[in-house]
Amino acid sequence: MKVAVVVFPGSNCDRDMAVALRAAGFEVAMVWHKEARLPERIDLVAIPGGFSFGDYLRCGAIAAKSPICQSVIAHAQRGGFVLGVCNGFQVLTETGLLPGALIRNSHLKFLCKDVDLKVQSTASSFTSGYQQGQVISLPIAHHDGNYRLDAEGVKRLQDQDRIAFTYQTNPNGSASDIAGVLSENKRILGLMPHPERAVEPAHGGIDGQAMFQGCINQLASA
Amino acid sequence: MLKAGVLDPQGDAVQHALGTLGFDGVVQVRQGKVIDLELADMEEAAAKGAVTDMCEKLLANTVIESYTVEILP
Repeated sequence: MKVAVVVFPGSNCDRDMAVALRAAGFEVAMVWHKEARLPERIDLVAIPGGFSFGDYLRCGAIAAKSPICQSVIAHAQRGGFVLGVCNGFQVLTETGLLPGALIRNSHLKFLCKDVDLKVQSTASSFTSGYQQGQVISLPIAHHDGNYRLDAEGVKRLQDQDRIAFTYQTNPNGSASDIAGVLSENKRILGLMPHPERAVEPAHGGIDGQAMFQGCINQLASA
Repeated sequence: MLKAGVLDPQGDAVQHALGTLGFDGVVQVRQGKVIDLELADMEEAAAKGAVTDMCEKLLANTVIESYTVEILP
């Protein structure tokens, strides 16, 4: 299984993402934002965390218009798998591939800590390695993780089983405690917590492993 | 500007700070941004059309933000 990790100026979780993906068995290609096309036969695109383009204008806004992102959008529209973590989630909402927007945390503070999450949907490759209702612990590190979506949009996500994770204790003001959302075809996941920072005991937890493992298992059997 | 109804944590903090400074009667603060663009010579209507397109494609996130375009000579 082949994954492309997209790197923007200001990405800072790209190598952690690559390490986590390789550990799960993926073949990893790092792709610079100026590339016009993804490598051939990519199964998954991972958009890592960081501060792409210095968070100028809005978090993820400039990255979403970069050459490589047009190729990522085309990949997604062909039914390809995409994972966006933290800034990657912000990029995905800015491209319109995922609904809603991420704004400044409700208490205006940059948050860097472990949080408990409830697995709300196991109906995606990314969440297939977890149990429905399972509580897992992953680190968050963000200033703009306050997920905004109107009530109608939230209801649509609920009805379509597209809320992947919710916070057990809402750290940032997100609507309906939402920490991660899926696309309608369940092949795109965006989440603020960092699964790639919880894949080795030395990280302080390994609850992120199941995301990468579940993903490669499902992709391999598809 | 953030659309009406979209939570504005920064605006709320500014409102609170104004209250602390003794400015009474501030019912709400909404924070936005102003982007100045200097364009090559063109008709006003064309400029307005171009900047509106820029807002839709990049300058504003219309999921949560509204925008107004003002053309100054």
